[in-house]
Amino acid sequence: MNFFRRKKSASSAKERLQLVLIHDRTDLNPAELEALKDDLIQTISRHVEIDPQGVMINVAQDGRSQRLVADIPLRSANRRHR
Amino acid sequence: MAAKVVTISSGKGGVGKTTSVANIAVALAARGQRVACVDGDIGLRNLDVVMGLENRIVYDLVDVIEGRCRLRQAMIRDKRLPELYLIPAAQTRDKTAVSPSDMVRLCDELRPEVDWILIDSPAGIERGFKNAIAAADRVLVVTNPDVSAVRDADRVVGILDAEEKGPALLVINRVNTDMVKRGDMLSVDDILDLLAIDLIGIVPEDENVIVASNKGQPLTLDTKNRAGQAFQNIARRLMGEQVAFLELETPGLWQRLLGRKPR
Repeated sequence: MNFFRRKKSASSAKERLQLVLIHDRTDLNPAELEALKDDLIQTISRHVEIDPQGVMINVAQDGRSQRLVADIPLRSANRRHR
Repeated sequence: MAAKVVTISSGKGGVGKTTSVANIAVALAARGQRVACVDGDIGLRNLDVVMGLENRIVYDLVDVIEGRCRLRQAMIRDKRLPELYLIPAAQTRDKTAVSPSDMVRLCDELRPEVDWILIDSPAGIERGFKNAIAAADRVLVVTNPDVSAVRDADRVVGILDAEEKGPALLVINRVNTDMVKRGDMLSVDDILDLLAIDLIGIVPEDENVIVASNKGQPLTLDTKNRAGQAFQNIARRLMGEQVAFLELETPGLWQRLLGRKPR
């Protein structure tokens, strides 16, 4: 083990806890988040053309409250009709 | 003035709830306050030995609740401080012997007698914990800088919010400054980032805590001891004093400059 490149254990503790606490607080596990993302892509695609590869969905923290943040890139209408 | 009821909880066991109760109680009593400690851990009584009062027990919490004695008879007076009392837990019963409304009634009867009622909650989030928080005006959550204690503390903080007993105040116990400096222990800032609640005390890891409970003499009476000072500071903050954190308990620069975000 290279001492100088060893990752400090406190920072991995913090990173792991950040993820665990989100799931503890929201009851939302990574698999459910993935399923939610698929449903979202289907629903939105019925109304507007999106780039399914670029869809990002995350749980953001604000103090002790959580927010679901989705970033959904739209395909340009101009490019489609040209 | 009617007493304030402060419950000390944690979720995980073994993080220092009982030690915190004993030391905060002694610190409050040493400042002239009248204090009653209630051991809420029925079946696993411990506050009596930590306070060095185990040989004086005649009646306990369940005896009061079931009407076998008057409240005053179950209040054991401390050896050193005249206005410090302990109401011990029953050792041969379990948590179902007490209900949340029993605790509310007991505290209502106790309130006019003292200035502070400190309740030592059992570990866990079940009946014993629900009993312990039922009458609380304020809840302190004790944690250590390790992943399991922090995770369990977060659960307790969430439950307290849901039960409208929040916002909880955090005590970070057993901080080892050398390990934090080496990057091998979560820092106070890390824990505050994760839990997002207000801090009321940081207690350094100290061998004397064990020595003190071996003797049944809370170390808070030793004014030179750092852990003892930390508990005294918690007592002063409970009394509404603005007390700067000790050097080792200093929060990060950003926390001091920006203050905590209001919720």
